Amino acid sequence: MPVLETDAGPIWRRRTPKQALVRWFGWLVGLAVFLFCWQRISDATTWFFVWDAPRIAGDIWDRATPPRWEYIARLGRPIWDTINIATLGTLIALVLAVPVAFLAARNTTPSALIVRPVALLIIVATRSINSLIWALLLIAIIGPGVFAGVVAIAIRSIGFCAKLLYEAIEEIDRTQVEAITATGASRWQVMAYGIVPQIAPAFAGIAVFRWDINIRESTVLGLVGAGGIGLQLQGSLNTLAWPQVSLILLVILAAVVISEWVSAKVRGAII
Amino acid sequence: MLDLQGLTKTYKTGDQALKGIDLTVPSGQVLALIGPSGAGKSTMIRCINRLVEPTGGAVMLDGTDLTKLGSGALRKARREMGMIFQEYALVERLTVMENVLSGRLGYVGFWRSFLRRYPQSDVDEAFRLLDRVGLLHMADKRADELSGGQRQRVGICRALIQDPKLLLVDEPTASLDPKTSRQIMRLICELCAERGLAAIINIHDVALAQMFVPRVVGLRFGEIVFDGPPEGLTPDRLTEIYGEEDWEATIEAVDEDDAVEAVA
Repeated sequence: MPVLETDAGPIWRRRTPKQALVRWFGWLVGLAVFLFCWQRISDATTWFFVWDAPRIAGDIWDRATPPRWEYIARLGRPIWDTINIATLGTLIALVLAVPVAFLAARNTTPSALIVRPVALLIIVATRSINSLIWALLLIAIIGPGVFAGVVAIAIRSIGFCAKLLYEAIEEIDRTQVEAITATGASRWQVMAYGIVPQIAPAFAGIAVFRWDINIRESTVLGLVGAGGIGLQLQGSLNTLAWPQVSLILLVILAAVVISEWVSAKVRGAII
Repeated sequence: MLDLQGLTKTYKTGDQALKGIDLTVPSGQVLALIGPSGAGKSTMIRCINRLVEPTGGAVMLDGTDLTKLGSGALRKARREMGMIFQEYALVERLTVMENVLSGRLGYVGFWRSFLRRYPQSDVDEAFRLLDRVGLLHMADKRADELSGGQRQRVGICRALIQDPKLLLVDEPTASLDPKTSRQIMRLICELCAERGLAAIINIHDVALAQMFVPRVVGLRFGEIVFDGPPEGLTPDRLTEIYGEEDWEATIEAVDEDDAVEAVA
């Protein structure tokens, strides 16, 4: 009851004095916990290494510059692999995500009791495991290489795409669906005319957004042996070839910048 | 032609939206359904083509009980009933032409409709209807580029291309300005007369209903409390339908409007 009766008439406050006190006390406790944790972390840190960090970083910087430019001739193929892993993985994920999304959305699922929980489980299960871990698993199953990377990216992306897509399906305007139903359209026609046009922009947005993320994710897949530029990165790191490492990082940066630019263009074109 | 027998709808919450509606609509008759918000007007219209499943009673269309139909037969029956909506309910991201042709979905197969390969006769009819409502030049525009009145005209074309016997019209003018409202009501009534269609028009605006239709049905709390010609809507009757209010202004306004119409 933030309205208080006083002799001068009613006054309004955002919170009652009691609520304000509780909140103030909450902030105090939060601050105390923060300071305590700060102290503990500080005690557990070997400060020698931290004070040493600028010197080491400077040392690595000296070794890594200038990048070994001629090495770029051997990076063309791996970066092409990386982009392919991301693109193919995204395409496969989208194909699989569409039916999952329709089964998961409350307004299109054939059975809210059985099918919907299964679809939601697929979404949560694929989403909750990082693509690096999927890659580790898949390399054990299907062997190292680009294919394992593609499958890892695809599986990781199903849940992400399906989740965003089913939320878009649940938010559609129901009267458009009603109108199409009222013409005597079949279930599939209602989907094609009443639902698909409404979610098409969301679908395109999700596709380029996930592709953009997957370019970045696929650059590290090579670290565990799933193909792409990460293989080169790991090789260079292991042999302490710092000039190669810096060149690889520059190439990855360029690829990510380009993918960001493309997805921004595509999104702009749809909306 | 349309015969509602003891039509009942009880929602899961226990709300009785319709309490045994009995109503007969002869072929070619246009009637207005008036009543306060929540009286069950929308529910009644949607129970007829089963966008809302009625819980009891029968909906007889030319001797067939629609409430007993399986999904295939229901789809065939829905082709006979065109529906027009308050917020137009056009598929916003499709073109005007696609929206009009979507009225034929009940007649064409999935792949034909998916690939937009409608029979030429349907396309011809769509052009004829767009021409009739004055939107021929808009055929290629996207539906969300149109104004409210234009969208409702497209909605009317979509309902008519179904070649229905009956129009179910849900608050056709509630989102439109007064002038466009009249134009749309006039258009609907003219088209019904041209094609000999029966129509049930849900409408908030009593004056507008009185202006255009020969029969008014008043609904209150899911029951029919008035059924007669528009002249029968006296202040007492309106109080019975809507509750206590000063009705003289409304009715006088109608008289004035009629005078204006007559002069025009």
